[in-house]
This record gives sequence, structure tokens and C-alpha cells, in this order.
Amino acid sequence: MNPGPEEKLLALAGNPNCGKTTLFNAVTGAHQHVGNYPGITVEKKEGFVSLDGRRLRLVDLPGTYSLTAYSLEELVARDFLVQERPSVVINIVDASNLDRNLYLTIQLMELGIPVVIALNMIDAAQSRGIEIDAEELGRRLDLEVVPTVARSGKGKEVLLETVARVASEPREWRPIRISYGPDIDPVLDRMEADILEAGFMIEDFPPRWTALKYLEADEQVLARGDGIDPNLSARLKSRASQVTEHLEKTLASYPEAIIADHRYGFIAALLKDGVVQRTQRGDRLYLSDQLDRVLTNRFFGPVIMMLVLYVVYHFTFDYSEIPVQWLESGFSALGGWVESVLEPGPLRSLLVSGVIDGVGGVMGFVPLILFMFLAIAFLEDTGYLARVAYMLDRVFRTFGLHGSSVMAFIISGGIAGGCAVPGVMATRTLRSSKERVATLLTAPFMNCGAKLPVFAMLIAAFFPGDRPRIMFLLTLLSWTMALLVAKLIRVTILRGPSTPFLLELPPYRLPTFKGLLIHTWERTRQYIQKAGTIILAISIVFWALMSFPGLPESRKASFEAERGAILAVLPAELRESVSDGRMPADLSADLERQWTDARSALDGIDGAEALAALKHSIAGRVGLGLERVTHWCGLDWRTNVALFSGFAAKELIISTLGTSYSMGRPSEDRDLPLSRRLASDPEWSRLKAVAVIIFIMLYAPCIPTVTCIIRESGAWKWGLFSMTFNTLAAFVMAVAVYQGGRWLGLGTGL
Amino acid sequence: MPTILLRHMQAGQKGIIERVRATGELGRRIRDMGLVPGTPIQVQGRAPLKDPVAIRTRDFTLSLRNNEADFIEVMVEEES
Repeated sequence: MNPGPEEKLLALAGNPNCGKTTLFNAVTGAHQHVGNYPGITVEKKEGFVSLDGRRLRLVDLPGTYSLTAYSLEELVARDFLVQERPSVVINIVDASNLDRNLYLTIQLMELGIPVVIALNMIDAAQSRGIEIDAEELGRRLDLEVVPTVARSGKGKEVLLETVARVASEPREWRPIRISYGPDIDPVLDRMEADILEAGFMIEDFPPRWTALKYLEADEQVLARGDGIDPNLSARLKSRASQVTEHLEKTLASYPEAIIADHRYGFIAALLKDGVVQRTQRGDRLYLSDQLDRVLTNRFFGPVIMMLVLYVVYHFTFDYSEIPVQWLESGFSALGGWVESVLEPGPLRSLLVSGVIDGVGGVMGFVPLILFMFLAIAFLEDTGYLARVAYMLDRVFRTFGLHGSSVMAFIISGGIAGGCAVPGVMATRTLRSSKERVATLLTAPFMNCGAKLPVFAMLIAAFFPGDRPRIMFLLTLLSWTMALLVAKLIRVTILRGPSTPFLLELPPYRLPTFKGLLIHTWERTRQYIQKAGTIILAISIVFWALMSFPGLPESRKASFEAERGAILAVLPAELRESVSDGRMPADLSADLERQWTDARSALDGIDGAEALAALKHSIAGRVGLGLERVTHWCGLDWRTNVALFSGFAAKELIISTLGTSYSMGRPSEDRDLPLSRRLASDPEWSRLKAVAVIIFIMLYAPCIPTVTCIIRESGAWKWGLFSMTFNTLAAFVMAVAVYQGGRWLGLGTGL
Repeated sequence: MPTILLRHMQAGQKGIIERVRATGELGRRIRDMGLVPGTPIQVQGRAPLKDPVAIRTRDFTLSLRNNEADFIEVMVEEES
């Protein structure tokens, strides 16, 4: 999109944890749009602000410490700056951690792009006894520095005015020149001259910057250079390798390290004598350290962590229960209404069983998902989640994962509830592709918000009164399986070394309400979008699979004949009211008994016909065919059909089970909760319930998750792998439990 | 003042980074976080399983694994 004459493009850049997102939210408010950068999965947040009739388009770049080609985030940020060439980059700098934050600033300035610094969290810096002379800093860097407090919105007006002013004075990019010492500088100058002379990539990058990237052996720039001018590129590379050899011999170092040292040296010199003043005071960091002493304590740390996770679990469930019930009854009322206004037939069936049940099943969990994400956002924004990664890294590493994998697991439902779709997306924080793929393949083992209602129903049916304890056991089981499978994957198909950990532990902060809401809403929205799009389409497909082909005419006729036979023996005056189900008010006791008997006989036949139709449908045939294999783990064809539909979306398991078990029963039973129906069904037992739960926990992720896995891993094979491998694992485990249980004599008696 | 590996520093101990031997990706990550020669650091503590280690440097807290700390040589004050 080309910015119009009145629209200015701005970019927001900064380190992780510098308050960038908070500032973005404070400035743009609700006028945000979240999308992806083209072709890749890094989230791209855009917002709009109007200032004096001018429209400012703000793009929130991913949080990065540097502008190397090291991670996807850094590449995205860099490519955006170079290709879109925003009028101004707003560089958010954490005032309480100035020198490390300026490392990125220096790199932005070396690129030459116009920068305005938002010196953020000055309040936090002050409380730590750090005073910064913003004006002096701006003078020394030759750019505007605006003090801000993103949390309260302080300074945002001045920031916007300043940015708008700088943006309205278009200028060429003016890269700063930093000295890299006697070993690097001469070579850098020579390379710069070569580049300038050949006009090598000068439309995109300043020549000196390109030379630096050749010295740093930046893969992306080198590859591009090779494509544009192989000869010059080779010459630059050979110059770079000469320096590298020289530095290796004389200093046992290499250009990249020397360059970084000089950048930090430049920053240190910049801040000396009058920019930063320190007074020793009791400060927030001190408080944060005191908290850490308890929260990451050898003994109390893990105990508190378990406690926190348990509280999150209760919070999610207890508070979401009522709104979930509202939504469920809302959707069933809607279904009832459609049934009352439409004639029976394929259209009604499509609307009720396909659209409303399918989408309603997903939407019904929105409150649960919302509370879960709210709790996670709280843990994340306070800084506690980083401590969880810190404490658990040793454990995760044993299984070939990374401390940050914990995030993906928790979002996928690691505590209770969640969704593998945002969970799989959360693996983006992992940098090594091997750990990342291992995490995104195992995260779907977690008990997501859609599996939980099935478990809850089965537990209510077979282990009444034990729900919290069994749910907790199931959570442990899913973690155990995920970790073991991750280990298995990491020593076989994904063997390789682990990624650097190096995690910042930000000071504890009280999150802002607005920040929490925005954070929660973003993830919930992904979930709702899934319901509105993919699941709607898939529900319709699965509805069709479960409805077609219909019973052949001959069988329909035989059911019709059975019905006719019952009606035929009735007194003539009852026939019509029995067949349309409305009992007349003024019947004698004898007639009323006859009426009721006939009606329930008819219901039985209707049910039998519906069940026969399901069995006859494509889904039913698949379910029946699979029964030959699945009877090993206790699954009958009706459960198979439900599991088959659960592949479309786990939410559909419960509604499909509901459908297949409400078919073929007399009507007074039909309104019984599914759990009571299963509990009284002779085909079901506690052992079968456990086997089914285990199968559901482990088998193929739903289609939306599989699509996500394919997108995030960039390979079809991982999507296919997760479908086949997980189903196989589920089958093996469920067979082991079912057959083991039977061997121990825990059959129907259990 | 003796030089020891970051891994062998005690909780609370202070020192100044003398050398970072890591190269490639790890080296880049370490430098991006500001761990370059001459930087003062202090060990804050260790995770419950003794690994990773948390250090304070440049006004922030950073955690890194012991096998990453092995690449960082630190000049520490003599213990009395």
C-alpha cells in the first residue's frame, strides 16, 4: 500500500521488554490491525493516529536486541526498514537500561534512517536512582529524544508532535560513522570505496553498512551480494577474510566481536560526563531482586510455581463456567428456534447440526479461552513467565527442548484449557528450528479447551466427584507424554545441539489493565477467527459426511411400514395427534396410556432409523470399518465417528457423540445429559472411558492446528507427521491401557 | 586478580568480563546482550536445578546456561 500524500509511515523499534508494545497501545489505542509480514509468520501490528489532519501509520516492528541476520525477527525488522523506508523510526529505549538499548539505536543510526528516541520508563529509571539528561543525549546523538512513560501515556503527545515534525522534513538517510579501531577501519574504508564505485546495492544500503555486513559475515547480505555482483562480492569477501585471519593471529578475535566491542565503547563514551547520573537509592530493581530471592528460590520457587499454575487453573475454570453455560444455552436456544421455524429436511439439519452445533461448539469455549489467555497475559506481563522458563529450562533441556517451550505448552493447554493454534504460534520465540519443531509437534498433546469438555463429560459419567483430581492427573499425563515424545524426536529425526538460552529476566512489573486486555484479545481473536472460518467450513463438510448417503428407499420404506403398523392398531381419533407428537388435552386415562405407548414406540423407530442412517453414511462406514482395529482399545464405531469429526475440530467430538448417542433412543431419554446416557450404556465402562480419554488426548491435532504446524515449520511433512505419528502414539497408549486393564480384570466392573 | 569461568562464580560474586570465547550464533547473542570485555557483572543466583545462572549486568538481569557461561572468562576479586 502506498502512503498517500497525507499519510506518513512510521516504524516502532526497540528491545524486547522496553515497553514498546505498551507505547504502541497507548499511542494507537484501539485503532490496530494485526497481520503477518508477507510470506512469513512474524506478527505485524499496525496502528493509525491522526495528528492535525495528517494520518500517521505506525508499524510495530518485532522486539529485537540487534539488527543482525540472526533471527527471523531481526531480519523482518531490517527488511521492513530497508524496503518500506519509513519516514521516521521511533526507537523506544528503556531508560533504566540505557547502554544495552542504545546498541540497537547505534545500528539504526548506522543504517542512516531518521530516528526519534522515546526515552521510556524514565520513572523506573528515576526510582533506581538513574537520572538521564535527555537533551544532552539528543545533542550528542544529533537526534530528538523525548522522555516517555508508556504505562501512563506520559510524553506521548510530545513524542507524536516531534515525530510528525521530523517526518515532515524529508531528508536523505544519513548514516553515522563509528570508528572500529586500527585493524578494521582501513579495510572498511577500502571496501566502502569499492562499493561506492560499483554502485553495489546502494539503493538499499549505505555503502559503509554493506561493508560492515561483509565483515560481520551477514548471511542475508552476502547471499544478496553474490546474486547482484559475484565478482565484487568475492573481492569483498576475500578482504573480509584477510582481516579475519589477521585478527585471529594477533588478537585471537574476529571482526564481528571487535565491531561489537567498539559499538559498546562508542556508547560508553557517549554516556560519559553528564548524560547519566547515578545516585544510590532503594530501588525497584532491588525489590525485584528480593522477589526473585523467594520466587526462584531452590525450594520455594518450584512450590510457588506449582501453586501459581494451580491458581491459574482454578481461575480459568471457576470464572468461565457461568459465561460458558450462557453461550451454550444461547446456541442451543438458537438451534431450537431454527428447528421450530424450519420444516424437517436437509436444510434444517445442515443449519442445526452443521452450522450452529459446529460453530456454537467452538464459540462456547470462548469465555474459557479468554480467561486462560488473560491469566497467561498476566503472568507474561508481570515477568513471571520468564522466571518459569528460567526455572524449567534445565528440565526442558533434558528432553531436548528449551525453557521457552514452556510458553507454547501452556498456551496449548498445559495448565488447563488453551488452544494449540496460538500455542503453535507461540513457538516463534524459539530460535533453533529443531527445538522449535520439537515443541510445535508436542504442544498439541496438551489438553486444549476443546478436549476438556469431553474429559469433563466422561469424568462426570464414570468418576463422579473426582473431577479436580483426575483433571490434574490428566494434565500431568499430557506433560509426561509431550516431554517423552519430544525427547524421542530430538534423539532421532531432529537430532542436534541446543540453541543458546540467554534469556532476559525483566524486573517484575504490575501489568496495565489495557495491556492485558489487548494481549488477551489478540489471542482470543485468533481462536474466534478459527471458529468463524475454518471450523464453519469443516463442520459443513463433516455434517455432509455424517448425513450422506441417506438410507436407501427400501429401508426408509420398511421403517415407514413399522410406523404404519403401530398407527394402524390405534383408535382412529389418536392417529394424527400421535404422529405429529401433540397430545390432545381431553383424553381418558386409557387413551392417554395408548397414546404414550404408541408415541414412544414411534420415537424408538425414529431413533433406530437415525442410527441406521448414521451407520449408512460415509462417516458411519469409516467408523465401522475402523472398529476392526479400534476395538483393541475399546473404541466402538460411534466413538470412532466422533473422533473422526474431532479431527476437524476437537470441539466436534462432544457434539458428535451427543448426536450419535441421542439417535436411536426413546424421547424421554433424549434430554438426558450425555454423561448420564454413557454411564448407563452397557457398552461403556470406566476402563473404556480412560482409554477414550487417552486416545483423545494424544491423537492427531485438529486441522486448524495441522495447518498452523505446516505454516510455522514451513514444511508439509511435519503436518503429516503430526497426524500419523500422534494417532499411532494415541492408539498404542490406549491399547496398552485398555488391554492392560482387561488383563488385570478391570473390565466393566471398574 | 584471578580469571575464572563464569560457571565457577559464586552467587553474589562480582567481576569484570575479560574474554568471550564464543563464536557464531552464541557469540553474537552474548554480545547483543552487552556481555563484551570490560563489562562488570555480578552473579545473582542460580535456578533451582543449579542451571541456568542469573547475572546482573548493565542494569538488567540475564540468565544463561552453565555451558554458555563456560565461554565467558571473568576477572574476579580475590576472595579473602
